[in-house]
Amino acid sequence: MTAAAPLRLAPGERSVGRELAETWAARDLLYTFADRDIRLRYRQTVLGVVWVVLQPLIAAGIFTFVFGTVAHLSSDGKPYMVFAFGALTGWNFFSGILTRASGCLVGNANLVSRVFFPRLILPLSVIPAALLDFIVALGMFAALLVVYGVAPTAALVTLPFWMLLLGAGALGAGLVAAALMVRYRDVQYVLPVAVQLLLYASPVAYAASRVPDNWRALYYLNPLVAAIEGLRWSLLGTEPPSGGAVAWSVAAAALAMITGVMVFRRMERGFADVI
Amino acid sequence: MSSDQGGTPAAITARGVSKRYHIGHRARPTTLAERVVQAVRHPFAQEDREELWALRNCSFDVARGDLVGIIGRNGAGKSTLLKLLSRITEPTAGEILLYGRVGALLEVGTGFHPELTGRENVYLNGTILGMRRREIAARFDEIVAFAEVERFLDTPVKHYSSGMYVRLAFAVAAHLEPEILIVDEVLAVGDSEFQRKCLGKMAEVAHAGRTVLFVSHNLQAVSTLTKRTLVLDRGACVFDGPTLDGIAHYRSMQSAHADGAASYAGPASEGNRVATARVVTSQQGGVHVCGRPIQFEFELEIPEPASALCFSFQVIDADERSVCHLWCFDPDTRFRREAGRYRLTFAVPAFRAYRGSYTLRTFVSDRRTWAEFETLAEICPFVVTMEGIERPEYDWDDGTSAYIEDHEWTLVREGSGDAAQKGGFHV
Repeated sequence: MTAAAPLRLAPGERSVGRELAETWAARDLLYTFADRDIRLRYRQTVLGVVWVVLQPLIAAGIFTFVFGTVAHLSSDGKPYMVFAFGALTGWNFFSGILTRASGCLVGNANLVSRVFFPRLILPLSVIPAALLDFIVALGMFAALLVVYGVAPTAALVTLPFWMLLLGAGALGAGLVAAALMVRYRDVQYVLPVAVQLLLYASPVAYAASRVPDNWRALYYLNPLVAAIEGLRWSLLGTEPPSGGAVAWSVAAAALAMITGVMVFRRMERGFADVI
Repeated sequence: MSSDQGGTPAAITARGVSKRYHIGHRARPTTLAERVVQAVRHPFAQEDREELWALRNCSFDVARGDLVGIIGRNGAGKSTLLKLLSRITEPTAGEILLYGRVGALLEVGTGFHPELTGRENVYLNGTILGMRRREIAARFDEIVAFAEVERFLDTPVKHYSSGMYVRLAFAVAAHLEPEILIVDEVLAVGDSEFQRKCLGKMAEVAHAGRTVLFVSHNLQAVSTLTKRTLVLDRGACVFDGPTLDGIAHYRSMQSAHADGAASYAGPASEGNRVATARVVTSQQGGVHVCGRPIQFEFELEIPEPASALCFSFQVIDADERSVCHLWCFDPDTRFRREAGRYRLTFAVPAFRAYRGSYTLRTFVSDRRTWAEFETLAEICPFVVTMEGIERPEYDWDDGTSAYIEDHEWTLVREGSGDAAQKGGFHV
């Protein structure tokens, strides 16, 4: 038996430190949730794995046709298919985490109202599934490089940095959305629209260099611009983003994470009472 | 049985614990759009909410190794107390000190996923309840053996019978080995042999020096398992002492509340639930003559229709035995599709429960997701009498049977050509 100090439950008796320690102690649960989600996704749909591969291929194919073939936009000298697919791997990682994290509380309402565990585990547990999708897509991407005869560059070593940037931004936004969704159910309808808009406001289907000069300042306010440009640079050696733009992107991701955790913790208190 | 005697270390200390809920009214926005519109129109308006103190100023101590029962009527605050102890929600006032890991079994199979196999669910459920994966692996065989589901480990649990499901769920929780085990009403399900097994397991846990809190409507189980009991009434802790005295106190409370004979009206709350219930007995004042027609009337408030929504109820006798189970599980029932308030009436042409006192236990649940929306126990008390039903030679005695059946007998003397004598009984 432990002689440790008792756990005190009282109004307002919660600290970031205690919660982080509890979240760490419950890391097995993160693994279990991720394992459950991945298994279910691949078990329930026949297309499971095929879909993960097909979805970005189809999307990249459409972008190639619309923006490359019809609109004749430049793709920094790379084959359009490879150019679009590269950015899509990062974009799907971002939108995958954001979308899944936003629904994690409502989707697990049964659990949240019936058993205690550190709530942060739920949004965190969506990361492995998104990462798995990304790895599968990366394999596809490597195959495309071979098909189109494009060689990667030394910039590839920076890939984890861009992933971290995208992941942190997505998780931060996802935490806010998840907490809001508990109280306001319309968030789930607004979010997909917002994500769709964000896709076209980011250099996924086209190169940031194609944006007219007088729109540049406004365009770069979207922190995703530098992150996606950077990711594509690391994968293909296209034009890298400017240092200033990257700094803004890092600041925005950090801000999103801090806001996300704060909002989530603030709303967490009432989750079980509202859901 | 006070805990701070003899220097026994404490397991739980609760001081002035209170919990307030707000019951939402329609004025409260449920969409972000409404919230924004409201904030623009009435920037300083207060939300119109009704307060409900589910628990008020509750204090008690539990020593390590104690086995304590918690009883009280529906809505007395038992569930709220358990939610606080298991940290699902925070107290509004007061403090609770917990010495050691808490394992709460508030609902059987929390987090079980129907598509996953038994094996996968053991890991899922175990980690949700706070076990490490390697702890589960170390006890895996023991859990499976306790649950008696070895042959179906790699079958998705949606194909399990409800008995198997409950056994597996209880087995996981029972092998948690927390310092404090909280068990709520799980024994209401499962067959009686398994119920005995569960009770045995809880006693074993307590003998091993760990603390058990046991919340139940099953007074029989509470009295065999515990020596000390807390009685809750309307959010307050009204009794704390020896179990037998606690049960007596609870029973006297019950009869004091008996003005609502054979009927029940639920408190205002949210979710799918029984709003009112009534037993239409053959006589006034909740008295029913054995064998007469009876009706059970329920008003169900269903704000959230679900595709496998089920309603059923049991008639429970004074010994906590279910004497019959009636249900409405039809796949076409309208409350599975449309929200609203429903009146559901069960008519039994001849209700033949033997004389004695009875209550109802109702279940509103979803067969597919295993969600239990609401379970009410000990509602609508009524009595069955044999008055006006004559039996020559023997008067009616208590407890000789659970129900009476119509019957006819034929008597023939062997080897004689005499006509058979006939007789019988019809209630």
